[in-house]
Amino acid sequence: MNKLVAIAGGSSLVYAGLALVMGVLPGIELSRTPPGPGVEPLTPLQAEGRDVYVANGCSYCHTQQVRPLPQDKIFGRPSAPGDFAYQTPELLGSERTGPDLTNVAVREPSTVWQYIHLYNPRAVVPESIMPAFDWMFRVVDQAPEGTTPVPLPKAYAPARGVVVPDHRAEALIAYLLSLKQPTLPDAEGNGAGTPAISSTSSATASVAGGAGTAPGAPAAGSAPAPDGVDLAKGKALFTANCAACHQANGEGLPGAFPSLRGNDEVNEADPSEQLHAVLKGLQGARVGGVVYSSPMPPFGSALSDADIANIVDYERSAWGNHGVPVTPARVAAERAKDK
Amino acid sequence: MDRFLPEMSVTARHSSQSGDEQRVQASVFVAYTAAATLWLLFATAVGVLLAYKFGAPDFAPGEWLTFGRLRPIHTNATFFGWASLALVGLGYYVAARSCGAPLYSARLAWVGLILFNVAAVAGTVALDLGYNAGSLEYREWPWPIRLIFLAALVVTAWNLIGTVARRDTEDIYLSNWYIVGGVLWASIFSLVGILPWYQYGLGQVAVSGYFMHNAVGMWFTPLTLGMLYYALPKVLSRPIYSYALGVFAFWTNLVFYPIIGSHHFLFSPLPWWLQTIAIVFSVAMLVPVWGGSTNFLLTMRGRLRDLAHSYPLMFIFVGVIGYVVGSTQGTFEAFRSLQEVWHLTNFTVGHSHLTMYGFVNFAIWGGVYALLPLATGRAPGHLGLSLHFWMAVVGSFIYVISLSIGGTIQGLDWMHGAPFIQSVVDIQSYWVWRGVGGVLMFLSHVAFAWNVWRMCFGPSAQAAPSAVAPAEEAAA
Repeated sequence: MNKLVAIAGGSSLVYAGLALVMGVLPGIELSRTPPGPGVEPLTPLQAEGRDVYVANGCSYCHTQQVRPLPQDKIFGRPSAPGDFAYQTPELLGSERTGPDLTNVAVREPSTVWQYIHLYNPRAVVPESIMPAFDWMFRVVDQAPEGTTPVPLPKAYAPARGVVVPDHRAEALIAYLLSLKQPTLPDAEGNGAGTPAISSTSSATASVAGGAGTAPGAPAAGSAPAPDGVDLAKGKALFTANCAACHQANGEGLPGAFPSLRGNDEVNEADPSEQLHAVLKGLQGARVGGVVYSSPMPPFGSALSDADIANIVDYERSAWGNHGVPVTPARVAAERAKDK
Repeated sequence: MDRFLPEMSVTARHSSQSGDEQRVQASVFVAYTAAATLWLLFATAVGVLLAYKFGAPDFAPGEWLTFGRLRPIHTNATFFGWASLALVGLGYYVAARSCGAPLYSARLAWVGLILFNVAAVAGTVALDLGYNAGSLEYREWPWPIRLIFLAALVVTAWNLIGTVARRDTEDIYLSNWYIVGGVLWASIFSLVGILPWYQYGLGQVAVSGYFMHNAVGMWFTPLTLGMLYYALPKVLSRPIYSYALGVFAFWTNLVFYPIIGSHHFLFSPLPWWLQTIAIVFSVAMLVPVWGGSTNFLLTMRGRLRDLAHSYPLMFIFVGVIGYVVGSTQGTFEAFRSLQEVWHLTNFTVGHSHLTMYGFVNFAIWGGVYALLPLATGRAPGHLGLSLHFWMAVVGSFIYVISLSIGGTIQGLDWMHGAPFIQSVVDIQSYWVWRGVGGVLMFLSHVAFAWNVWRMCFGPSAQAAPSAVAPAEEAAA
């Protein structure tokens, strides 16, 4: 009997001690981490949305942690302990089959985009393998007062009626649109909280398959590019930063995101308005007589003059467009003008 | 020295049990194994569906079959339905036989079986209804259900301790150190995982790191090793190579393993010291891993020819190789330089299947094929055994290799700054191969279920033709 006590009891005591030191004590200590500056608790609706996020296992494919590594720069600044003060349950995640969501509200601020994407991700990102959450929506003959139907592309819309989000979808999107990093006080003002794929992270690969071979994509260099402008790089940057809304073929989604193909501003000789939109973002834009409610995020602080010139010149030469190319110097001038 | 007594007598210890006691013991063993097998079929059928969804995300749509609900159902049913039940069933048999004593209480064994299954069924239903306790890996079941599982563990620990206390020798055979220890440690980490007071924000991250790795290494690993220390000598009819090395591996595993959990959160905002300690002890884990696996391989020394005649031995051999390769891979993965590439990619999924499948599953199968026929007097057929073995080996090989390559490509895509969606496009073909491997693995489980049926209810055999052990036992 004594041997049994020694082995079973002794090993369990050792283990309980280690469980205390490696699990419980760090838990106690770190549970006291105060919130960082600007880190706010969720509103009741956002908290409901987090429950929807948890119930449907979103965090098995989406992380919410930005590592201090170069490849994570596109998702924001490195996560700080204070960022998680109100995050219970913790949703850091262990797999990144889909992109990190720490800053998704900055990256995709458009409610319309979020609803379309939630309804069926392939409606806006053809290569996506995320499940469709169309069961969080209802099909009705007419949208109720105060509700805007989701402007789905034809291929995904039901044959009759319109699609409106149910309460779960509304809560979930409210939660997702709360996900943005507050700027750290000692961070450089430039770029903090506005992630984007820039060419400093060497965005030179283009997406194979659907996006890369979209019909109407130009052979790079069909229009004479100014010195220092790289249309291939512009295409990769467009894929990473713009194609989720404007689509790889530049045509956007009717009623949701404006087309850049044959777009007046993109083909105009004076690039001021186009540059202004890319640098500062847009709200309630009117394109071709249609008002778009989705906001466009600003890219001025995340992308360099050269990168913006690459993107703008790609847009100005792709899909049959024939706008006059701009130079990085022209982007810099526009940037200075807006200040 | 009497410490060395068990290694000489382990294969000959059975005479003090009566026929009735042996029948009860066999029926407990049969019931746990049969229930575990049903969970294996269910969990891996869900796994195949999940694998298919990577290529066809709009297949099997809707709330109840959505990926994020099925994924924790797959992992929890595998862990707590299949592997836990199978190992407890084996553990009871090994404890009773190696102690030369009857089970302390058959009734407690039945109560435990019911509690384990109630927890697993309730957990599965809860997850599908969207009651997920925070998507925290391996503790997704709502806490009342995890309390039921904890109760099952406590009942099992009580019963095992009672059984070992009835042993007919002064010494306790090494298997029982691991088996009794594993059940007690699992009770401790289950409780630590449930209590809420130190689990807010980053504090919960620390507990998650601790819990998710301890759930594997302080539960499945010790029960599997304990079972192997009995089954391998039994199959070979020779004592374990070094009893002392086994004891050494026991204590080093106990001290090193609980410390490595935070290596799941490298580069996270967890304190740097917590991450670094986890890396250091991930390296230290090479000591018990290589010590233990060397011990098994040296026990098999000079008997490799027997592999060809004994499927139990082949399964155990693959399990030992899975243990050393999977665990060593885990050590390397813990290095910051390699985590930079592999962290958060599908490489991790390949690793968890290499260890849980390549090590734990193969060892369980080896143990069941070696010991269940001894308990029931019925043996599986050669065809069923070979179908199971080869489909499982080839399937899991394809599975692990494809995800290892695909995961590496994912990580390199990110490092090269490709648009994120590129990493989804580039891994697609590897997901297809993973599905191919997964289907083979599932089919092998159907063969296993058939074999279990034969061992439990099939025609009785005088001696299992594929096992080395029965003949030896007859001689003993």
